Amino acid sequence: MSLRSPLGRARGLGSAKDGTHHFWVQRVSAVALIPLALWFVFSVANLPGASYEQVHWWVGYPAVAVTLVLLIASALYHSMLGVQVVIEDYVGHEGMKITALLLSKFFHFAVAAASIFAVLKIALT
Amino acid sequence: MAQFTLPKNSTINKSAGRKFPAPAGAKKVQTFKVYRWDPDTGENPRMDQYDLDMSACGPMVLDALIKIKNEIDPTLTFRRSCREGICGSCAMNIDGTNTLACIKGCDEVNGEVAIYPLPHMPVVKDLVPDMTHFYAQLASIEPWLKTDSPAPTRERLQSEEDRAKLDGLYECILCACCSTSCPSYWWNGDRYLGPAVLLQAYRYIIDSRDEATGERLDQLEDPFKLYRCHTIMNCTKTCPKGLNPAKAIAETKKMLVERRT
Repeated sequence: MSLRSPLGRARGLGSAKDGTHHFWVQRVSAVALIPLALWFVFSVANLPGASYEQVHWWVGYPAVAVTLVLLIASALYHSMLGVQVVIEDYVGHEGMKITALLLSKFFHFAVAAASIFAVLKIALT
Repeated sequence: MAQFTLPKNSTINKSAGRKFPAPAGAKKVQTFKVYRWDPDTGENPRMDQYDLDMSACGPMVLDALIKIKNEIDPTLTFRRSCREGICGSCAMNIDGTNTLACIKGCDEVNGEVAIYPLPHMPVVKDLVPDMTHFYAQLASIEPWLKTDSPAPTRERLQSEEDRAKLDGLYECILCACCSTSCPSYWWNGDRYLGPAVLLQAYRYIIDSRDEATGERLDQLEDPFKLYRCHTIMNCTKTCPKGLNPAKAIAETKKMLVERRT
């Protein structure tokens, strides 16, 4: 029960003066993912029957390794932004929302770090 | 806050609905199932069924509701005023779509006509939703021209091209059909302004006579006030006036990107 006026409630805490950056980088990462994802699907489609050594050599090839790192970074960044929107949309409870947002950020950074490390390990050893 | 299930006292009690059969000798019968809830009884909502003789009823859903209230059941409560689609009072959910009862023909619906109040709004009684927060959100975007230049001695002039930018915006009657059809507004209506109010905000942002464009964009730049719009497009699909709130929101987002790049 609150006796706050409807206008006071509608104004709430005011504008965060933020959100456009999130909107924009979500679109930038989406555009980056078009060629990267097409390249990845096309490349993997050409790999069936390749031996372990061949795939190992392919991942370690400098141009491929760099493109894979770019793909991993863009995909996980884009996914992190998207999951953030889903959590903000559907998780109403403030504490649960902050927890879910933190867990999502940690998860995406961990997966990105592990994936990029794996590619670099193959490429640099 | 997303709430996917109704509280216990809001679920419809299917067995409590009353039936009002058509008079004997009715030539053309159409069935109307109307959401009923009375705050004074403490009972759950129910669906009452009215079978009307359409040969003695006007063509629009509002005509049917008025006939029910006048001739069958005076306790039925709904808002209406202009009966020609310009006041926005009779906005309700008819046959699964938010629209104005006064411009929705009964013959546009095949068979039974199901009528509910606007979705996901607190209900005052029967088909009357509580619009307090919606109107407060409209007030929060300050829907009037703001200028710092001294007032001219005559009208504030506007070129024909600039005036044309208001077409598709000024026609909005604030019936709230769009906002209450928007899932984002259902889940986060406490903070998200919703399509109707964002269209109104854009109407002043794009008005060449207004001098507070930047200030208005500042007020909207917020993850919840504006960016809960995910271009679901229910707003544009449901608008009984054929307007496009989704486009107005997209144009606002474009301006926010434009001023930082």
